[in-house]
Amino acid sequence: MDSPFGLLAELTYRCPLACAYCSNPVNMADYTDELSTDEWRRVLAEAADLGVLQCHLSGGEPLLRRDLVDIATAGHDAGLYTNLVTSALGLSRARAEQLRAVVDHVQVSIQADEPAISDGIAGTPSFHRKIEAMGLVKELGWPLTVNVVLHRQNIDRVADVLRLAEEVGADRVELANTQYYGWAWRNRDALLPSRAQLEAAEVVVRAARERLRDRMDVIYVIPDYYSRYPKPCMGGWAARQLTVTPNGDVLPCPAAQSLPLPRASVRDDPLERIWTQAPVMTAFRGTDWMPDPCRSCDRRELDFGGCRCQAFQLTGDAARTDPVCHLSPDHALVTAAVRAANERRTTEALVPRPHRMRQR
Amino acid sequence: MTAPQVGAPRAEPSDVATSDLARPRLARHVRLSFCRTRRRHILQLPETVVVLRGSGADILELCDGRRTVAEIVAELATRYRDVPGDEVRRFLDGLAARRCVEFSRGGETTDG
Repeated sequence: MDSPFGLLAELTYRCPLACAYCSNPVNMADYTDELSTDEWRRVLAEAADLGVLQCHLSGGEPLLRRDLVDIATAGHDAGLYTNLVTSALGLSRARAEQLRAVVDHVQVSIQADEPAISDGIAGTPSFHRKIEAMGLVKELGWPLTVNVVLHRQNIDRVADVLRLAEEVGADRVELANTQYYGWAWRNRDALLPSRAQLEAAEVVVRAARERLRDRMDVIYVIPDYYSRYPKPCMGGWAARQLTVTPNGDVLPCPAAQSLPLPRASVRDDPLERIWTQAPVMTAFRGTDWMPDPCRSCDRRELDFGGCRCQAFQLTGDAARTDPVCHLSPDHALVTAAVRAANERRTTEALVPRPHRMRQR
Repeated sequence: MTAPQVGAPRAEPSDVATSDLARPRLARHVRLSFCRTRRRHILQLPETVVVLRGSGADILELCDGRRTVAEIVAELATRYRDVPGDEVRRFLDGLAARRCVEFSRGGETTDG
């Protein structure tokens, strides 16, 4: 087994926004016992020893951790490339200046190009503060990625979203179609775009990529419900990436908390032992676990059977082929959702995720 | 951050014809370092890692935005017997296509 390249450090699931497309777990109350500063220091040092090279400081909103500068410093000192993934709410000038020395890259989310729509999706007035924060990031000479999650209610605006990213001087823009985990799964029918919406967006993205090729990277994450083959989720189960949740659980991906696998926690074991031995890591590593049609498929080393969490969510069995694949015996589950999305004339209301859960 | 770690899908070849007078440097969001675990030099980017092989790191360590490509090739020639300039240019071109490397042209000033 190889060393992991990236660590997703989910520092907290608290968030000032209430985006309905959020993939954080629905049972947020289970994650209120957050790791301490010292525990994160140890995790980041252990991650670097394990071979991790990048650390994504994410959440929830990582800026809600008062010790974010200390945690980022620990990552930086361990030699990790640190990437702050933020709503930018709480990114004051003073805080930004402190973080500048230890954070290599900043990703700021925005929900749409237009203030009222963006604020509506975020569930809180935030658009203008985000634009201001993006300006601050640029002013401090930080590389900036603008993150936009696309869905039925904003994908038609993708040209304007790209224009906004260009105006704020982003180095990269990441247009990611919603992945249906956590809260987003609850809102799937309100979020899933139609085929016509997607096709129009792809034309815009292709043209923008060509036009902006020397100035801005345009990353477009396709919606897997509309693809023929599943996404190569995380580059394979526990192959390249790992996630540490706010309470110290270690997972191959942030959605894997939904699977019926035994917990592994940095509070109980060193990261290296968890990566190499914990059942949550070994369960679907490699190709031995695969059923047919994956087992005999030429693409098994390309898409790794797709997403285990999606297989579990749709079929109740995490070891089945991702139903997104047209070869999956369960593919009808996906085509039914897609058909409904294309027949639906109305737009359903989004159910916002709560900002936080009461401490238990 | 999104679940699938997809790098920028740039299949198209670069049109940056690396001239001898271009002055390459690493893009701002890219960091060159050494990975102890893998015993290789690497380029760290927001969502990707490029593991360097052979003399890649030697070339990139010279890409400071001041040296020209010709000067880099000459410098490498003092260390190694055989330095094919075309391969250095192709290597830099490939990284430029992935926006890991930027060029300033001959007469232009660089802000280093």
